[in-house]
Amino acid sequence: MNATPCTTSGNAYNFGFLDEYAKKEIRRAILKAIAIPGYQVPYASREMPMGRGFGTGGLQLTLSLIGFEEVVKVIDQGSDDSVNAVNLRQFIEMTCPGVSTTTKTAECTLIQSRHRIPELPLTSKQIIVLQVPYPDPLVVVEPSEDRRKTMHGEADYSRLLVKLYEDIVKFDEITISHRYPTRINGHYVIDPSPIPRWDVPKLNDSAALILLGAGREKKIYAVPPHTKAEPLVFSDVPFRVEDFRDDAGRRRVCARCGCANSFLDEFVADSGSKIYQCSDSDWCDGELLRAEQAQEEPA
Amino acid sequence: MSYVAIKGGGRAIAGAAAVTEYLRTEEGLSSSTAEPLAVDAILHQLRHLVDRVISEGGVYHPKFAALAIKQSLGDTLEAAFTLRAWRSTRPRLSATPPLDTSRMRLVRRISSAFKEIPGGQMLGPTPDYALRLLRLELMDESPEAFRAVAREWLEHCSEAHLPDSFPKVLDALRAEGLLPSVTAPRNQNAFDITREPLVFPVPRSAALATMARAEAGSLLAIAYSNMRGYGDVHPTIAELRVGYLPVLLPHPVTGELTEAGEVLMTECEVVAMYEASDSGGKPTFTVGYGACFGHNEVKAISMAILDRALQKGMKDGPANPSEDPEFVLLHVDGVDSMGFASHYKMPHYVTFQSDLDRLRTTQQKSGDPA
Repeated sequence: MNATPCTTSGNAYNFGFLDEYAKKEIRRAILKAIAIPGYQVPYASREMPMGRGFGTGGLQLTLSLIGFEEVVKVIDQGSDDSVNAVNLRQFIEMTCPGVSTTTKTAECTLIQSRHRIPELPLTSKQIIVLQVPYPDPLVVVEPSEDRRKTMHGEADYSRLLVKLYEDIVKFDEITISHRYPTRINGHYVIDPSPIPRWDVPKLNDSAALILLGAGREKKIYAVPPHTKAEPLVFSDVPFRVEDFRDDAGRRRVCARCGCANSFLDEFVADSGSKIYQCSDSDWCDGELLRAEQAQEEPA
Repeated sequence: MSYVAIKGGGRAIAGAAAVTEYLRTEEGLSSSTAEPLAVDAILHQLRHLVDRVISEGGVYHPKFAALAIKQSLGDTLEAAFTLRAWRSTRPRLSATPPLDTSRMRLVRRISSAFKEIPGGQMLGPTPDYALRLLRLELMDESPEAFRAVAREWLEHCSEAHLPDSFPKVLDALRAEGLLPSVTAPRNQNAFDITREPLVFPVPRSAALATMARAEAGSLLAIAYSNMRGYGDVHPTIAELRVGYLPVLLPHPVTGELTEAGEVLMTECEVVAMYEASDSGGKPTFTVGYGACFGHNEVKAISMAILDRALQKGMKDGPANPSEDPEFVLLHVDGVDSMGFASHYKMPHYVTFQSDLDRLRTTQQKSGDPA
């Protein structure tokens, strides 16, 4: 009990907003989550000054981990500039004076993200914190948390597999689009947060530590570096990421940077036609820069 | 193009804050005598709003509650949320022992179980028997008349009629052997929901703490389902009391219990139909308990009914939603539920893109191309 409050003068709030005891408790939960990959560690989630569901779980992890040397990146739906990302980044800047923020994936040490893992492979020097609305993949088959806890302990995912099987019988496809149930280190199945299936393979053998925080549901879990992460599938039905081919079978490219191997956002232009652009805005900027440099070089 | 629209997110947030501030101060456009709402006016004249916010905010700070009401333009969910978020930044320095509510300085106490109770019924401030007619004379109240009312009331009020503390109705029932005797170990620490997560099954103190700061409407809705027939509590209010409870804290040096202040509270004890004793003794009535910060009677009654329902559910297994601890305790928090309802307003482009992919693939396979 010797956590020392570190107050910055001129700021009514403690560095990192939370009091030091709260941060310490969260760091302990993180250590436990890393020690038991995929296990949902309950913790006494604090109320943050933004809505439950807006990333309060991720934010508590970020604020507990943040140090003076940190370079933080905040993205929402892949973009650094969406309103929620801006809001969270401003809050971090306000409550953690001296910490740097960036939009560049390559430069950051800590990423807080909602619904995406950056396209650029992360390194062992980085931590990514994912915001989680529903921490438990079993909630679709069992509403009681008490019973789900037993099922997780026994690695009893039979009802989840039956659900996948029923999908195949009914639709000839597994209909789970995002939040794809993923088995970690051969035991616990996690809800990897609402990342698209496109990002699920990035969980496997990741160089970076992946932390997941559910503020409203009061759970923290982790995919430690270089840990096996396998989406639940059947041996004869392979896992499939989102398909970005057009009717003629050609891979769609980003209308802005021309990238043909990124997750694309689809939207309708004013003219009524469909346009596709990279969801990861930093990746898109990087590709654009590379394309421009490539054009200049031959001259 | 939507992709471009979300650029400049920072400006959009600032703009939203500015136009909200415009709404708060808009009265200044049409009236040269417009004045900002005084926090003290909210504290005193909108006291039930303050009561609700301190109760749901889970921290007894009426003044900050009034400020939160002012800045949220009177939105109770937002105000309770703001107060709760402020609370997150405060370390917990000390804990009170269980406080004895028979020491409450009462402003109101009633029992619907007995006509005569020790100390007597005291109606106090309540709208229960008021006719809900619009008081049009308040539309344009004169400040002088307003200031005179309370003073006149006090002048006509003898000190002997001013509130004091009374014995508790339940103690009389207990003395008669109509209630189970208190057997819980005295030194049992209450579950602290602000420091420990709820992992089911949870002790009764965790359930009570969760309900004490629950959103009043959510609690009422689930309790009402029990009253109407999705449950079997059939309560009688043994006692409902509203008053100021002295708060005792251990002295930082001597450790001796010292009165640190008082909090306005509502407490409700309901007696429900009797049960056979587990130990083969005489059957007794059962009890449900509700208590919260501020003057919130409907909330305290709802809580007492749900406490009884949950105790039954924990003992016999839940037969109704109101008897299921997970169902009740995980769905009554206003900060959680309003936050999650609001979060659906945020962009979900990525997940929706993923949904589209699944639907189109499935449609193609079913021979019904989109």
